[in-house]
Amino acid sequence: MMEWETVIGLEIHTQLATNSKIFSGASTTYGAAPNTQACAVDLGMPGVLPVLNAEVVRMAAKFGLATHSTVAPRSVFARKNYFYPDLPKGYQISQFELPIVHGGWLDIELEEGVSKRIGITRAHLEEDAGKSLHEDFHGMTGIDLNRAGTPLLEIVSEPDMRSAKEAVAYMKKIHALVRYLGISDGNMQEGSFRCDANVSVRPKGQQELGTRSELKNINSFRFVEQAINYEVERQIMVIEGGGAVVQETRLYDPGKQETRPMRSKEEANDYRYFPDPDLLPVEIDAAFIEAVRAGLPELPDAKKQRFVEQHGLSEYDAAVLTATRELADYYEAAVTASGGQGKLAANWVMGELSGALNRDDCDITNSPVSAQGLGELLQRINDGTVSGKLAKQVFEAMWNGEGSADAVIESKGLKQISDVSAIEGIIDEVLAGSPKQIEQYRAGQGKLLGYFVGQVMKATQGKANPGQVNELLKKKLDG
Amino acid sequence: MHRKSLVELAADLRAGACSSEELTRASLERIGRLDGRLNSFITVTEQQALDAARAADARLKAGDAGPLTGIPFAHKDIFCTRGVKTSCGSRMLDNFPAPYDATVTRKLLDAGAVMIGKTNMDEFAMGSSNETSFYGPVKNPWDEMRVPGGSSGGSAAAVAARLVPVSTGTDTGGSIRQPAALCGITGIKPTYGRVSRYGMIAFASSLDQGGSFACSAEDAAIMLGAMAGFDERDSTSVDRPVDDYQATLNAPLQGLKIGLPKEYFGEGLDAAVGSAVETALDEYRKLGAELVEISLPNAQLAVPAYYVVAPAECSSNLSRFDGVRFGYRAADPKDLADLYTRSRGEGFGAEVKRRILIGAYALSAGYYDAYYLKAQQIRRLIREDFLKAFEQVDVIMGPTAPSTAFKLGEKADDPVSMYLSDIYTIAANLAGLPAMSIPAGFVEGLPVGLHLIGNYFAEGRLLNAGHQYQQVTDWHRQIPQGFE
Amino acid sequence: MALDAADVEKIAHLARLGINPEDVPEYSRNLSDILAFVEQLNAVDTTGVEPLAHPLEATQRLRADVVSESDERENFQSVAQVTEDGLYLVPQVIE
Repeated sequence: MMEWETVIGLEIHTQLATNSKIFSGASTTYGAAPNTQACAVDLGMPGVLPVLNAEVVRMAAKFGLATHSTVAPRSVFARKNYFYPDLPKGYQISQFELPIVHGGWLDIELEEGVSKRIGITRAHLEEDAGKSLHEDFHGMTGIDLNRAGTPLLEIVSEPDMRSAKEAVAYMKKIHALVRYLGISDGNMQEGSFRCDANVSVRPKGQQELGTRSELKNINSFRFVEQAINYEVERQIMVIEGGGAVVQETRLYDPGKQETRPMRSKEEANDYRYFPDPDLLPVEIDAAFIEAVRAGLPELPDAKKQRFVEQHGLSEYDAAVLTATRELADYYEAAVTASGGQGKLAANWVMGELSGALNRDDCDITNSPVSAQGLGELLQRINDGTVSGKLAKQVFEAMWNGEGSADAVIESKGLKQISDVSAIEGIIDEVLAGSPKQIEQYRAGQGKLLGYFVGQVMKATQGKANPGQVNELLKKKLDG
Repeated sequence: MHRKSLVELAADLRAGACSSEELTRASLERIGRLDGRLNSFITVTEQQALDAARAADARLKAGDAGPLTGIPFAHKDIFCTRGVKTSCGSRMLDNFPAPYDATVTRKLLDAGAVMIGKTNMDEFAMGSSNETSFYGPVKNPWDEMRVPGGSSGGSAAAVAARLVPVSTGTDTGGSIRQPAALCGITGIKPTYGRVSRYGMIAFASSLDQGGSFACSAEDAAIMLGAMAGFDERDSTSVDRPVDDYQATLNAPLQGLKIGLPKEYFGEGLDAAVGSAVETALDEYRKLGAELVEISLPNAQLAVPAYYVVAPAECSSNLSRFDGVRFGYRAADPKDLADLYTRSRGEGFGAEVKRRILIGAYALSAGYYDAYYLKAQQIRRLIREDFLKAFEQVDVIMGPTAPSTAFKLGEKADDPVSMYLSDIYTIAANLAGLPAMSIPAGFVEGLPVGLHLIGNYFAEGRLLNAGHQYQQVTDWHRQIPQGFE
Repeated sequence: MALDAADVEKIAHLARLGINPEDVPEYSRNLSDILAFVEQLNAVDTTGVEPLAHPLEATQRLRADVVSESDERENFQSVAQVTEDGLYLVPQVIE
C-alpha cells in the first residue's frame, strides 16, 4: 500500500473592519435591507469612479508587519475580468502582479512544544462581491449588492501544510491575528472570514506536487477540517482506482459532508488582468510604515512569551490564554484586579470561567463575571477570606448575578474561619466526641488525621481554614 | 443673437440687454427649426432649460452671476445628467435617465449655465465620424452630405451651426479636436486629469478627458474654466488650482517658440489642407512667433498603440452593461448566459463590438505582453518624444486632421482608414497633454483645423495662442450657409 | 495575426457578446485588419522600457474612511428593468 502525503495551501479572505467600503463612501454595516448600502460606485453605474479608502492601506500594512512580510512601497490595483451577477462592473478590482504585502510567515503550534513555520506568499487588497439569493423569485435569482465593495484582504499561504489539522491551526492563528490587530471582526457566520483550500496529494517522498483541487468558500474551522479530510480521501481513491485528479473548483457541502465540482466555475476562466486605469499606484513610504509599526498592538506570540515570563505560566497555559485577544485581555485584567495572582488567575480563567462560558454558550466579552469581579474573588482566596473550595460557590453565585465576591461571601456566610481560638474550640468538641479514634490514631494509625480534619470542616460547613485545622489538630493530637 | 459670442452674450445679460430666457428660447427656436437637418441633439431639455434660464435671470438680477450664468450650452450625451436620458449614443442606454449628475454637469449647472439638451455622438464615443450613433449620423453644417467628425460630432455641429454658443465634449483620441476642425470651430482638450471624469461614461479611462467647444478660443476658455478643477471623486483628477485662462489670453506671442513636427507634414496629409496650415503658421510668424522644425520620432506608432490601449480599457469598462442594473435588457432570457450575450449583443452597435473584441483579445492569456504591455511601452516612448520637444519649444503645431470632412459612409466599412482620421490627435491623449484645434481656413468650402499641443497644464498658453490668432483672422467668424 | 471565425466566437464568448453568425466573417476580416495594423508595434525594440499606464504618473490619493453615501435604492433601481423586494433579478444562477 502506497503512503500518501497531503499538501495544502490556504487562501483566506478576511473582510477589513472599515466604516466605509474600499472604493466608495457607502457603509459596510452587515445586515441592512438589500441594496440599501450599495451606492452608485458599488453598483458600477455608468461613469462612476473608485477612490481608495486610506484605512484599508493601513490595515494591510499592519497585517504585513505582524507576519514578518514586506509591505510593498508600491502596489497596483488590477482588474480581474469576468461576468457574474454579483460582480456589478464585470470586473473585480484586486491586486495581481504587485500586491501590497508579500513574503512573510507565521508559526503554528501543533502540540506542546512543537511548532511549524507556514509561509505567507502574499496578501492583497480587493473588493468583495455582492450576494446571490437563490430563494425562488419565480425561477429567478435575486442580487443584493450591499456587500459589493466591502474591503477584503486575501491572505495566500505557501503550500506548507500537510494535514487538515495543520490547516485548521493556521487558519485559527490568522483568525486570532486579524482580531488582535483589530483589522477584522473575523465573524465567520457573517462571512467576514472565509477560506479557499488548495488540496493535493502525492506519494510520500515525491518532490513534485500532485494536481490540486480548490475547495471554495469554507466558513468554519470545522468545515475546513472535514472538507480537506474528505477531499484527501477522495483524491487518494481516484488515484488508487487508476484515475487522475482533475484540477477543478469544488464546493464543500456540510450537510452531505462531501465536496462536489462547482458548475458555475466549470469553464476555464481567462481573467484578462490589467492595471486598473481608474486607480493610480499606491505608494507607501518608510514614515508611514514606521507609524503603523508604532501603533501595532502586542501580538499573540510576544504576548504568550510575556505571560510565561511575567505570570509564571507554562507554555501551554500561555498559548491557551493568548488564543484570542479578548481572552488575553480578560486574563490580564483579572490578574491586575487580583493583585498579581497570575497563576491562580490562569487556573480560574481556564477552569471555572471557561467551563461556565462553555456550559452557557457565552462569549467572554459578555461574561456575567467581569475580569474585575473575578480578580476580587481571587484576592479573597489569596488573603484567606474564602477557601479555594468555597470560592467555587462564590463564583457560581456571581455568575448568577447575586453580587460581588464580597457581597456573596457575606450574604452566604462563606467567610473562612481563621481565628485560632474559634478553630481550637471546634477541634476540642470534635476530639471530645471521638475518643476511640484518638486511641487508634495514637496507636499508629496516622491516616486518621484526615478523619479529624473532615469532622472539623463538616462542623464549620467547610469554612475553617484547612491549613490551620491541620496544624492545630496535629499539635493537639501529637501534643 | 446667435451671431454673438459667449463673451458678448454674458455682457448683454449683465447689462440687461437680454434675458437668459430670451437667449434660451432663441436657442430652442433655432434647434427646432434647423436641427432636423443636422441631427445634433439626442434630447432637447426644453422645460428644464427654461426653468434654469429663469433661475439664471434671478441670479443675474441679484448680482450673483458668473460668466456662464444664463448662457445656453449643449451637453455631450456622455455626461450623466440626473433625470435626463444619458444615452452615450447607444441603444444600450436609450432607457437610461442617469440617477446622478456628473461632476462636470454639476459644475456647469451650479455656474448657472443653461443646459439646452444632450448632443449626439458616436456610440460610447467610439468613432471619428458620428456615424456609429444609435440615433443616426450627425451632418456637417458646412455640407450636409459630409460627416462632422467624431465622436463629439453633435456638440461640434451644434456650435458650428450657432444653435448654442458653447458645448461640452470628450476627447479620447481626438474626439473634440477632430470634429472642431471638421466643423470650423474651436475645441480644447485639457491635460489629462484637469477635468473630472466622474459621471463621464468611460470609454478608455487613461485617455478620456472632457473639454469644450466654442466659436472662439476666448469662449472656449470661459467654458473650460468652469468645467475644470480637482474632484475628490476621481482618483486621476489633479489637485492643483485651475489657471485663469482668460487672464492670459492677451499675452503677446513675440518670441513664442512653435515646434513643427516633420512627421505631421509628410505622407498622408492632404496637400490643400497642408497649405492652409502653412498659411496659418505664417500668421503666427507675423505675430512674432519663432517656428522650429522638430521631430517626434515615434509619431507613426501613436495610432496602432492607441488601438490596443483604448479597446483594452473599453472592453473592461463596458462589461458593466449586462442588462441587470440599468440599460438595455434582452427580452425573455432563457438563462444567465443568454441574458448577457443578447443584452450586450443587441444593445451595442458594430463598432463598439469590434473594439470590445479587439480589447478582450489584446488582454487575453498569451497575448497580453505582445499587445497591451507593448503598447504601454510605446506610449512611454511617445510621451518622452513630447517631453524632449518641450525642452525646445513652447507649443507644437500642425494639422488637426489629414483631410477636411469626408462624405457620410465613405469610411464606414474600413475601420483602419477611419482610425487614421485621428493620426495627429491621438498622441496627445496617449501622453495626456493639452491640445486644441482652431479654424485655420477652408479647402473647397470645408473648414481646416490648426492643431496646437501644449506641455502639461499649458492650457492657458494654447488658448492665448488661439486667441491671438483669432485677433488677426476671421475664420472663426464664418458661419455655414443656411445657418446664418 | 489573423483571426478566424472560431477565434472571433471564442473572444465574443469571453466578452459575453452576442454576434449574429452571418456577421462573423466580417468581424473576422475587420479584426484581422486591425491586428495587422497594430502589428507594426512589434517592429520597435522596447527592451527595458517601463510601460506607461497613466500619462501623469501620479500616485493614488487616499480617501478618509468616512461613510458619505446614504440609501438611494429607489433612485438607483428606477433605472433597472427587473427588481423585486429591493433585489435585482437575473435568470437562476446555479453554483
